[in-house]
Amino acid sequence: MEKEQFYYDNKIVKMFLWATILWGVVGMLVGLLVALLFIFPGLLEFAGADNAISWLSFGRLRPLHTNAVIFAFVGNGIFLGIYYSTQRLLKARMFNDVLSRIHFWGWQAIIVAAAITLPLGLTSSKEYAELEWPIDIVVVLIWVVFGINLIGTILKRRQRHIYVAIWFYIATLITIAVLYIFNNLEMPVTGFKSYSIYAGVQDALMQWWYGHNAVAFFLTTPVLGLMYYFVPKVANRPVYSYRLSIIHFWTLIFLYIWAGPHHLLYTALPEWAQNLGTVFSVMLIFPSWGGMINGLLALRGAWDKVRENPVLKFFVVAITGYGMATFEGPMLSFKNLNAIGHYTDWIVGHVHIGALAWNGFMIAGIVYWIAEKLWKTPLYSKKLANTHFWLGTLGIIFYAIPLYVAGFTQAFMWKQFNPDGTLVYGNFLETVTQILPMYAMRAIGGSLYLTGFILLAVNVIKTAKAGSRVEDDLAEAVPLKKISGQRIAGEGWHTWLERRTVLFTILTTVAILIGGLVEIVPLLLIKSNIPTIASVKPYTPLELEGRDIYIREGCNNCHSQMIRPFRSEVERYGEYSKAGEFIYDFPFLWGSRRTGPDVHRIGGKYNDNWHFNHMLDPRSTSPGSIMPRYSWIVQNDLNASDLEGKMKALVKLGVPYSEEDINNAKENLLAQAKEIEGNLRQDPEFVKNYGNSNIQNKEIVAIIAYLQRLGTDIKVNETTAQK
Amino acid sequence: MLKFIKHNLEGIDGIEIYPMISLLLFFTVFIVMLVFVLKLPKTSIDEISQLPLDSDNNNKEISNE
Repeated sequence: MEKEQFYYDNKIVKMFLWATILWGVVGMLVGLLVALLFIFPGLLEFAGADNAISWLSFGRLRPLHTNAVIFAFVGNGIFLGIYYSTQRLLKARMFNDVLSRIHFWGWQAIIVAAAITLPLGLTSSKEYAELEWPIDIVVVLIWVVFGINLIGTILKRRQRHIYVAIWFYIATLITIAVLYIFNNLEMPVTGFKSYSIYAGVQDALMQWWYGHNAVAFFLTTPVLGLMYYFVPKVANRPVYSYRLSIIHFWTLIFLYIWAGPHHLLYTALPEWAQNLGTVFSVMLIFPSWGGMINGLLALRGAWDKVRENPVLKFFVVAITGYGMATFEGPMLSFKNLNAIGHYTDWIVGHVHIGALAWNGFMIAGIVYWIAEKLWKTPLYSKKLANTHFWLGTLGIIFYAIPLYVAGFTQAFMWKQFNPDGTLVYGNFLETVTQILPMYAMRAIGGSLYLTGFILLAVNVIKTAKAGSRVEDDLAEAVPLKKISGQRIAGEGWHTWLERRTVLFTILTTVAILIGGLVEIVPLLLIKSNIPTIASVKPYTPLELEGRDIYIREGCNNCHSQMIRPFRSEVERYGEYSKAGEFIYDFPFLWGSRRTGPDVHRIGGKYNDNWHFNHMLDPRSTSPGSIMPRYSWIVQNDLNASDLEGKMKALVKLGVPYSEEDINNAKENLLAQAKEIEGNLRQDPEFVKNYGNSNIQNKEIVAIIAYLQRLGTDIKVNETTAQK
Repeated sequence: MLKFIKHNLEGIDGIEIYPMISLLLFFTVFIVMLVFVLKLPKTSIDEISQLPLDSDNNNKEISNE
């Protein structure tokens, strides 16, 4: 058959390349900033300590960092690699140039929207899914555009067989769509406020089913696809075992989807769901390490090239980092190790091995290699790339090791008892100040890594300037003959399957849906999974507003609301948390890291004045605290204009507010606010400073009301149970 | 291993079937997939694994055509 001539779209690859570099710098810079806030909590109080700037507080910047690194940096990085490799593996230009451009600009618009809304406190609070509902809808639309473009390209390909990298892209496409939609089902109240349709335990399970698989299918499977293309390409050797890559693929996607509950061990999640998560997480080590071995052994007989080629150096450390992170993951899923690691910096160290080594170095290698291809010139400076490599590697070490030390140190301090049965470190703050030197070292590690990445930016800019203007590559290939959809004589099943794109996609979907359904459906349908507690009542209007402020400020980024059934935690915080206590929590706010203490039983522990002073200046009540000052909460008027709308939305989700509750909401709110102001006025110091400020109208009373309510519902029951 | 999973399920009616289904499904799929993969002819495996190394301007119609 006649050969056809066509052009690979290099322009779109170049666009994603610049976006990757730009957002990489931004995301890491915000990361460094939040790392510095641990050691200098007042760093960003430019307008003075009494006028802290809300949008520069840790609770709002931390989601900005995670979202920027995951979706902006790694997101653009994987699209860069996918758009480059897909065209070449399938011998076809991308399906549609317009769709490619919509995908690119749409994705950048989402990032900009996130960068604006997250610091403004417009957040759903669910980790890595913080964006509010209108942006969620745009994300889904853009993802569909990407999907049409990818599948369209596969359908018009000139290469009969679909290489394993493309399967990983398909799995990514399908699974992220499913996860993102289900985790972000929300009941809108206003344009930028919504409530998760799930409450408490169900919301937690849904969130970590998503959260874990965002790691799996956004940060792992697409990057594995890139590994299967770029490592052989750069090393000029085929992958070690193609058979292993097939086993790797099916086992990985099948197992990953079940593992989410390991984020919720020892919580109020039902025992069976926790154990299911553990078993599947442990099994995950086999496909993960199969993939790592496959990637590393692709370099067999080419190790001399690794010495000379910075790109391969980046790949080797990246794949090793993947191996380390995927060893650690299953280990952390064992309940006894999880009991130590959960809520500590061990987890933060663990994810940064994944982010800095696996994702960051994989993308850096790909960027260097593609830059040479795109601008058809050697890299501006190989030496600079090598410097980047060493700075980055040192950065990873200086980042991760101090955090492992910090994690273990803090976990053991939390659990240490005196012979008389009291806690050795009864004051949580002691366990924080102890690890501050580790935070300082972590910030140094982060700076090294960022410096290396800036060298990459310089190197690529110089390369682009020296190189030729980007042109689309001319290619020629024979179009595919129409052949039967049936298996051909002698054709293997899998060979047949992999050329049937649509069927393949459906099977992938089935594989991931089974895991999701078995894990989640029983919990959603069977009421007995969450024992109800009669004394648990919905939040009052003021508490509800306070809870929304808690969400807005991202308090859940540092404070958990989940006391595990350990002696050390019950001693420190109070009775362990029960599933039934969270049935009106839309969304759940269990948190994942205790930078500060757990607050689930904070209600009634301190008086209102303590909370007032603590919010205004945490150092005044807790010397050495690293919590930000929340002076704006004392200055801002409480805006309760959406109160009725919020309550009505919650009624639709199953919260038993009566018609009367909603009609009298504002009056009840004011009455409770007055009561709190009354309590505050018992302190002469308060009257002297704020006597004329009408504090009852300020946001602070709402947050005090919420905090004082937390965990108090079952106190009645406790006394009866003790009899 | 199975005992370990089942032990915690007693409180919920009919729930014990879910992890059983999940494990059985996984192992069935795994074994079937393994058999398929091991039965793949070596020549076609080798050719497919060469795909990324193709010079970017040519394609090949691979085996069995």
